[in-house]
Order: sequence, then C-alpha cells, then structure tokens
Amino acid sequence: MAKWFVTLPPTLFLLAFFLAPALIVVAAGFREPGEFGGLAPFAAPSTEAYRFLLGDAIYAEIFARSFLVAGLSTLICVVLAYPLAWLIAKSPKKRRDLLVLLVILPFASNFLVRIYAWIMLLGPAGLLYTPFAVIVGMVYVHLPFMILPLYINLEKHDPALLEAAQDLGASAWTRFWRVTFPLSLPGIFSGSALVFIPVLGMFAVPELLGGTGDLLIGNLIKEQFLDNRDWPLGSALSILLTVAVLALAGLTAWAARRGLHGTEAVS
Amino acid sequence: MKRSAFWLWSASLAVYAFLYIPLAVVVLFSFNDSMLNAQWVGFTLDWYGKLLGDGEMLRAAANSLLIALLSSSISTVLGAMAGLAMHRYRFRWLPLLVLTPVAMPEILLGVSLLLFFRQSLDLTLGFLSILIAHTTFSIGFVAVIVRARLAGMDESIFEAARDLGASPWLTFRRITLPLILPALVAGFLMSFTLSIDDFVITFFVAGVGVTTLPLQIYSMIKVAVTPEVNAVSTLLMALTLTLIFFASRFAPDVLKERG
Repeated sequence: MAKWFVTLPPTLFLLAFFLAPALIVVAAGFREPGEFGGLAPFAAPSTEAYRFLLGDAIYAEIFARSFLVAGLSTLICVVLAYPLAWLIAKSPKKRRDLLVLLVILPFASNFLVRIYAWIMLLGPAGLLYTPFAVIVGMVYVHLPFMILPLYINLEKHDPALLEAAQDLGASAWTRFWRVTFPLSLPGIFSGSALVFIPVLGMFAVPELLGGTGDLLIGNLIKEQFLDNRDWPLGSALSILLTVAVLALAGLTAWAARRGLHGTEAVS
Repeated sequence: MKRSAFWLWSASLAVYAFLYIPLAVVVLFSFNDSMLNAQWVGFTLDWYGKLLGDGEMLRAAANSLLIALLSSSISTVLGAMAGLAMHRYRFRWLPLLVLTPVAMPEILLGVSLLLFFRQSLDLTLGFLSILIAHTTFSIGFVAVIVRARLAGMDESIFEAARDLGASPWLTFRRITLPLILPALVAGFLMSFTLSIDDFVITFFVAGVGVTTLPLQIYSMIKVAVTPEVNAVSTLLMALTLTLIFFASRFAPDVLKERG
C-alpha cells in the first residue's frame, strides 16, 4: 500500500510529462513537415529529416563545431578549476566551507545575468560576437560544475601518499603528475560530463555572445522548432544530440570506473 | 609562506576574481547615472525607480513568483515521494525516470514538452505549460536531496517505531516527516530558485501570452543593453542570495551532501 502510495504519483507525472514527450520527439523525427509548419498528417513513416541531415555538410560542420567548443570549454574549466579545487581541499575545515560557498554564490545568480555581465565587459573591448566570447561565456557559466566534483575528489586523497612520494625523493612536479593527478581523474571525468553535456546543447550563449558563424547544435534545434517550424528536422536533431549525450555519459561512466581501478592500484 | 602555497593562492584568487568581477560590474553600473554602460558618471537610483514603473517587468516578476511558488510546492511533494521510494524500494527504473531529466541538456526537455503540448495535447502555451515544465525538471533535484537525507539515517528508528506498534502513517508523520523536514525545505528552496531562474525550458513552453522575468531579461538583452537590466539583475541576485542564506540556515547538512 505505502509502496505504491509514494511511488505512483511521481512515476505517473514523469511518465506523462517526461517519457511521453521524449517518445513523441522520436516519433516526430520520422514524420514529414506540415505545409505551414508543425507536422503533416501521418501517412507513413518517413526518413526525410534524417536524409536531409546527412545530405547537407553544414549539419556535420555544426556538430563538429559544437563538440570542439564543448571540448575546449571543458579543458579550460579543468585548468581553471584545478588550483581552486586543490586550495579548497587543502584548507582547514572551517575555511573550506566558506571557500565552497564563494564558488557557489556567483553560480546562483541568474544564468542570463551572467551572460549579460560578459556583454557589458566584452562589448566595449570589441570582443563581443567572436568565438572567444562564446568560449568565455561557456566557461563562466559552467565552471562551478567542474570545481565542485574535483574538490570532492581531491579532499579524499590520503596525504600519506604524497609524503611517501616525497620520502622516496619525488619532486613537487613529479608528485603532482604521478600521484595527485591520476588519483583525481574520476573527479575530472564527472566534472567534464557536467560541463561538456550542457555546453553541447546550449543556444543562449552563442546567440547572445557569438557571431553568426558561431552557432551550435542548440541554435539549430531552436531554429527548427521556433523559426522554421520544421518539427521533424528539429526532432531528428534532438535525437542526434540525445544519442551523442548518451554515448558520452556511457563513456564517462566507463572512464571513471577505469580511473577508480587505477586508484585502487595506487592505494 | 611556501612558494607552492603562494602560487596556489595566486591562481585561486585569479579564478575567484574571474567569477566575481563580471557580476560586480553589473551591480555597480545599476547605480550609474548614465544611459550608457560604458563609463561611470555618478550615483543614482533612477534605474530601480524605472523598474517600479515598468508594468511589463512587474507582470513578468509576478508570473515568475507565482509559477515558482506553485511548481516548487508540487515538486517538493512529488520529489519527496520519489526520494522515499528510491530509498526504500529498489525499483531499478525509478532513479532512471527521476534523474534523467536532471542530467539531460535543458533544450531537449524544452523542445519535447513544446512538441507534446502543441502536438499531442493541443494545449495553448502559457501559464499551465510553464508550471508543468518547471515541476518536471525540479522533481529530480528534490528527490536527490531527500534521498541523501534518508541515506544518512539509522534505519533502526523506523524499525523501533514499527515494533512499538505504530502504523505506517503514524511512523511517517511522527518519525520520517520531522526527520526529512530540513531536506523538504532545502528541496523547496532549490526548486524555487531553479524555477525563478529557468530560461531555456521556459523559452520553449511559454508561448506568446505569458512571460517570466528571465524571458523579459532575454528580450531586453537581445534588443539593447540598458542600465535597467543591471538593476533587475541586481535585484534578482539579491533575491537568490537571500534564498541561499535561508536554505543554508535550514539545512546545512543536506546542502553539503548534495554539493
């Protein structure tokens, strides 16, 4: 009784407003566009949207650019997050909470406000509407997603390992690359998933900070649903993005597990 | 200070500066007595006054507040149920159903709901569609917070209550509910913040009739950069900070487990 009382309401809600809509997107990808947008009356399954996507090199180009921007943003996030995460992890307990709070606070301000701040800063500098502005915006919006998992990972490291390395004569540089860095890979992987995946589907940052040549998958999807009203094409693009995200999530989980095995070998 | 510690602090301070300077500039220029954002002229509260007279902005703010209140109430109840169910009954499909909406790029949830509302339900987009969408993406966050709270608890409390003859309902009311209350408050505040802040999903399901604060800000930014945006941004930041302050006072442990 109690079992179904707590399980059914959220399950039914999510089946109705999450799973059903997701399945409808899959179905819409195999329909044909209506004359005035939306979907044409159903006749037979159609692969037109997918054939169109594969037939035009511009789509492959935008997918490639999206992966490039996501990869670059993730890499920059790792570089920026590392010292901060390390500092927090090494701080005494009381100061640590304050330093974490200082990371979360700017991230709690509205997403558009954070993009807008960069319009104000980059506009007068003449850097607005460039690929540089897009990367800065992406990094700024997602950086805390990298700092927090990395800090949680670094906090768990046993300081005895570094002491042992030092006793064995390893330099600071060697200690970092041979001990700390490999042990922190699971943190880097989970942070990367939290940065890479949202960046891949983002449309607001390229739209507000980028030039016309900086559009990503997200912009393409938005355009098909709201401007061109080509729902089958928009759906097909959403499905491709979903497949990419699922593949990445699987890959990250696999890599994090491998990273953890590595950890066991070291400790 | 050791040389390595010096480098670590310098690098970290630079990253903190990167996080804070842009927002500080927005706050600062909301008090700037100039139409342009380019240079500082003098102190004024005019832009805040202008906001108070901006009917469209006030309507958007009222919509945002009402939707946030309603959606976070509903998602706190549904999310708490999901959290309890995930903790107690090990259905393998439940976490998948509850947590996937949190992990996906927002745009995917936005377009799928747009398609569903327009194509399958033939619903006019507006207040109701935004409310449903916000509830959908908040459930998972509440569930995670509630589950984390339950995971840290000693199961024997619940067993003791049952052994003493308490009915499941009485156990829930007298034991479980008081224990998860901080998680419920944190979950409510979290979904409230998510709802007030959401732009991407709302953008797809709002239609033309109803606008929210982020949508209003978006259309202002798209047209031109004005100090009025600085003022509304500053107010929004102040609101979020207040909410975070309350959340951390109510449920510090739960928030930490989530982070």
